[in-house]
Amino acid sequence: MTAPNNTYDEKNYSTLNLGPTHPATHGIFQNVLTMDGEMIVDAVSTVGYIHRAFEKLAEHRPYNQITTITDRLNYCSSPINNMGWHMTVEKLIGAEIPKRAQYMRVIIMELSRIADHIVCDTVIAVDTGAMTGFLHLFQYREWIYEIFEEICGARLTTNIGRIGGMERDFSPKAWEKIDHFMKGFPKGLKEFQSLVDRNRIFMDRTINVGPITAEKALNFGFTGPNLRAAGVDYDVRVANPYSSYEDFKFDIPVGTNGDTYDRYSVRMEEMWQSYSIIEQAIKNMPDGAFHADLPEFYLPEKQDVYSKMEALIYHFKIVMGETEVPKGEVYHAVEGGNGELGFYLISDGGRTPFRLHFRRPCFIYYQAYPEMIKGSMLSDAILTMSSMNVIAGELDA
Amino acid sequence: MSELLQKVKDKLESKFGDALLSAEMHYDFPVFILRKDSVKDVLIFLKEDTDLNFHFLTTMCGIHQPDETEDKQFGLMYQLHNMPKNFRIRLKTFMSKSDLDMPTISDIYPTAGWMERQEYDFFGFNFIGHKNLSRILNMDEMNYFPMRKEYPLEDLGRSDKSDKMFGR
Repeated sequence: MTAPNNTYDEKNYSTLNLGPTHPATHGIFQNVLTMDGEMIVDAVSTVGYIHRAFEKLAEHRPYNQITTITDRLNYCSSPINNMGWHMTVEKLIGAEIPKRAQYMRVIIMELSRIADHIVCDTVIAVDTGAMTGFLHLFQYREWIYEIFEEICGARLTTNIGRIGGMERDFSPKAWEKIDHFMKGFPKGLKEFQSLVDRNRIFMDRTINVGPITAEKALNFGFTGPNLRAAGVDYDVRVANPYSSYEDFKFDIPVGTNGDTYDRYSVRMEEMWQSYSIIEQAIKNMPDGAFHADLPEFYLPEKQDVYSKMEALIYHFKIVMGETEVPKGEVYHAVEGGNGELGFYLISDGGRTPFRLHFRRPCFIYYQAYPEMIKGSMLSDAILTMSSMNVIAGELDA
Repeated sequence: MSELLQKVKDKLESKFGDALLSAEMHYDFPVFILRKDSVKDVLIFLKEDTDLNFHFLTTMCGIHQPDETEDKQFGLMYQLHNMPKNFRIRLKTFMSKSDLDMPTISDIYPTAGWMERQEYDFFGFNFIGHKNLSRILNMDEMNYFPMRKEYPLEDLGRSDKSDKMFGR
């Protein structure tokens, strides 16, 4: 890459390499900064340090094996990515998912949204020097991960759910853990908010830091909490509801300045909204099956595989990736932790997708980062990055 | 959503005539296939039209289809969004391998800057007028475009991965 020009206005600026591995950037991001003292004059971002060719990989994998790729996009909220992929395939094959499975998905997605926002908000606090809140609130993230562990056996890269529904019903133990989380979380979040929200140091460090106007944010393709912090009330869950989100009542919090404090506050309020969605989903949880009747995509019961001919055939076909998929092109978007996570899938009827394109919100809004930090202090640039919640996995695919 | 298809189709037909090759629904998306030279004008028109006002570029991506006819080897897909009215459409255009030049749209939608770099990186589209059309996710020294179908999943140039034992 080319070093930025550092001799404009007849001044000699210094060049500073921020990253690729820098403890303050929480991931592998490189920014070559042109500095005037502590002021940033220009910045050039380099991305791609953990590029893993997901789009190419996806062209070589059967549909049910792509879920594990999506885990590794935004690894702070893998379940949302998994569900987004399942729903894309379900849209392609025209599957109807039972209400119960949809509500279970909503619970999981909102739990992982909370986990995602906990990471982002506490890390903003850490970057301003408030370590305590981070340690306190991570306890609840741990509880969420224990719920995931109970439901699917994994914690970080969950591979949760299947095409056609969920792999199994929530066990009594899982319900117990969800209940435990729901009882404890409000207290913990309130405690964190009372530590940080109106903290003088925190406010001084975040208000008017890294602001972006609504118009600019839209031009740069912002979605999710970062766009809402700038004052645009766009949320995929409301604009194009999926997985029964139209059944739930929740507000979309918006900010005004699009600065770090607004991004923090929007995420904070979204956690409360997610909490209320989970409450509603638990209260109104319908009875019924936890997966659709899709023998061609949904693995049969192991018992049946040993005793029934048909189940054995389908089991074999699914495992070997020989399922027939209709031709067509489909786009499905979910509201991920960072914004609109879209899957554009072209199927030519073969065993693997012909083309799969991920609309990765991080990748799209990270290009505004140099623009946002120009003219600010170096330490504010760090805060701006953590408040945008740039996740390297999603950025680099 | 099919009202939207009809509305956009009427507008494009009256304004651009035969540049619109086809208009149909694919699942919940109206999809318009355009002649290559008209894409940028159509995008400007769709953004500036007061009724449609597609102010947001959701995503764009390249497509390589080597089994198609010569003039349809490569394709580009643009997805536009009007948030207040919740209009979403997809535009597609196809071109031959020898002619991968496209006018950049990063001056209309700044967000296309990195998207175009990504599609250049993986498919080799040449976006004319782009300020910094360089590789973004792959290394700068790479001399091929890896998302084209002729390139296998694994790098054939690797000598450290002979795998004699497992017969790859």
